[in-house]
Amino acid sequence: MLRVKDLTMRFGGLVAVDQVNLELKEQEIVSVIGPNGAGKTTIFNCISGFYKPSGGEISFRNAPIHNLPDYKISKLGMVRTFQHVRLFGNMTVIENLLVAQHRHVNTGLLAGLFATKDYRRREEEAMERATYWLEKLDLIKVANREAGNLSYGQQRRLEIARCMVTEPHALLLDEPAAGLNPRETRDLNELIMRLKLDYNVAILLIEHDMGLVMDISDRIYVVNQGRPLATGTPEEIRNNPEVIKAYLGEA
Amino acid sequence: MRSTLPSAAFAAVIMFILTFPLLGLKLEREGVTLTVNGADTDTWIMIGLGVAAVFFFQLFRPSIVSARQRVLGLYPSHGRFNFDDGFKQRFEKVALFALLGLALIWPFISDRGNIDLATLVLIYVMLGLGLNIVVGLAGLLDLGYVAFYAVGAYSYALLSQYWGVSFWVALPIGGLLAAFFGFLLGFPVLRLRGDYLAIVTLGFGEIIRELLNIHTDLTGGPNGIGGIPKPTLPAIQLEPEPALVALEFGRRAKEEGNLTFHEFFGLEYSSETKVMFLYLIALALVLLTLFVIRRLTKMPVGRAWEALREDEIASRSLGLNKTRIKLSAFTIGASFAGFAGCFFAARQGFISPESFTFIESAIILAIVVLGGMGSQIGVICAAIVMIVLPEMAREFAEYRMLIFGAMMVLMMIWRPEGLLPVKRSHIQIKTSQES
Repeated sequence: MLRVKDLTMRFGGLVAVDQVNLELKEQEIVSVIGPNGAGKTTIFNCISGFYKPSGGEISFRNAPIHNLPDYKISKLGMVRTFQHVRLFGNMTVIENLLVAQHRHVNTGLLAGLFATKDYRRREEEAMERATYWLEKLDLIKVANREAGNLSYGQQRRLEIARCMVTEPHALLLDEPAAGLNPRETRDLNELIMRLKLDYNVAILLIEHDMGLVMDISDRIYVVNQGRPLATGTPEEIRNNPEVIKAYLGEA
Repeated sequence: MRSTLPSAAFAAVIMFILTFPLLGLKLEREGVTLTVNGADTDTWIMIGLGVAAVFFFQLFRPSIVSARQRVLGLYPSHGRFNFDDGFKQRFEKVALFALLGLALIWPFISDRGNIDLATLVLIYVMLGLGLNIVVGLAGLLDLGYVAFYAVGAYSYALLSQYWGVSFWVALPIGGLLAAFFGFLLGFPVLRLRGDYLAIVTLGFGEIIRELLNIHTDLTGGPNGIGGIPKPTLPAIQLEPEPALVALEFGRRAKEEGNLTFHEFFGLEYSSETKVMFLYLIALALVLLTLFVIRRLTKMPVGRAWEALREDEIASRSLGLNKTRIKLSAFTIGASFAGFAGCFFAARQGFISPESFTFIESAIILAIVVLGGMGSQIGVICAAIVMIVLPEMAREFAEYRMLIFGAMMVLMMIWRPEGLLPVKRSHIQIKTSQES
């Protein structure tokens, strides 16, 4: 589904990402791990179109995307979350979810001003999708609260809900467990598995919580200083001496 | 009480120093020289009372404050606006309809001067609502909004001067032209935000004004354009044969083929009908603006504006096209200034670049900020305050702008979120358990 080939990203003289290859298949959870500053988020930014890669190719569902602007990539069905939660803080929870469905609704000015049949139908559908995901993620009680006033755990869940209402094929999660307590992390673990199984979403994950990564990942990529270090199943990674040395630490 | 004595005495002295030279001394002319005379006894008594009031308030301030808190403690909701959401929404609805009712009967209960003033307020309401899209909703600070107002005004003035186009035809053209200029401004500022954006829009406003100033042969330059015809009322004539005619509101029809309003309806000529008619046009335009913008805010484009204001990166990650959204905000916002400008030109009958200086942009921006960013009813209230207050303070002559400025300072200290900050609309949700 997603294929990254020889991805390279330079900032001036600094090579942040060097010849990284990556693959994400249908219904797969793949994690990218590595020490801080290894270039994980830079990889995400390249894939989601926020950076224009200096070299390499990225293709999504058999079409090259490395030259597309960010908003077009998300329209193709690949959306992301952010390391630091980025919600529309002064808008209500439900409005956050409605904004996200921009590509599903009728954005014509005249259609909206005269509330045509098509416009109303699509607005209703957007509302239904939003309600569905609010119930799914236990946010329905706070639907009319301003997103900025939610607890941190709720904000994290809302960010995922906001991705899911766009009905994506692939989801990029940048450290979704950061700042969550152990119980919330367990719930997140379950949620990600459900997204994969019930909604047929492929998930690319950056995470430092090794418990979470080892539990749910089908495959793991390890990067260190911008270079790919190892790749394999959780079992193989756990026992890889190089990975232990660079990242996991001697047990 | 002993501890507050020095500060109370100090405050009283300051009060005296401030009031004495302003009120207690009078300059009078005797022949060619000016002499300084003391004021009359009444003024002195007032100054004395004022100083005493300040002294005693400062002296007993701790006990006054604690007494007030005790009273508020007994009735927690008293003195504060602690109503529940439902009440707030009902209150807003009632207030809106009361305001609308007053606006509708205003021309029939008021005199000529006040109708004219209300028309001016309505123009600023329209401008405020338009700028509210750009600044309040999309979060793009625009200091050159007056440029679009000028484009609207000049498009009607020039169209009528060179081609004799009537007001009703020029109105949509003025709006479209202003929208086009908004679109043009949008392009260079796509990448800018905050302070940088403000500076560029400021420059844009000045460019438009200067262009109008230097193209003397086309626009008359600083001399402006005069004799702009007032709007006419279209009517259907039955005699001698059915035809569409335009009714003028002057004593005699200026243009060939037009009739006058009082002759058509067989009324006595009154100069007030013209003012009333202008007022009603302005009111209709404002109502249309209100309706359209209210709709826009609930539409995908309105939500996208707000999302872009809240977090640009997150909006992009969700498939919102930053370029299109910013341009649409500038374009649609500018078009309302175009309508307002068109009407302004028709009402004044004379326009010059002097009417479109930076201070106008500043006043419109102040209306938006004072009203509460993004809040429509706030903009309406702020426009009333900002336009009516300087008019009422006319008797203070030179202190007028001073009072005006002080009011803005105090407002921002007490209510930094504006008079009536925007309340997020509550959306009723049908859950699957209920349905």
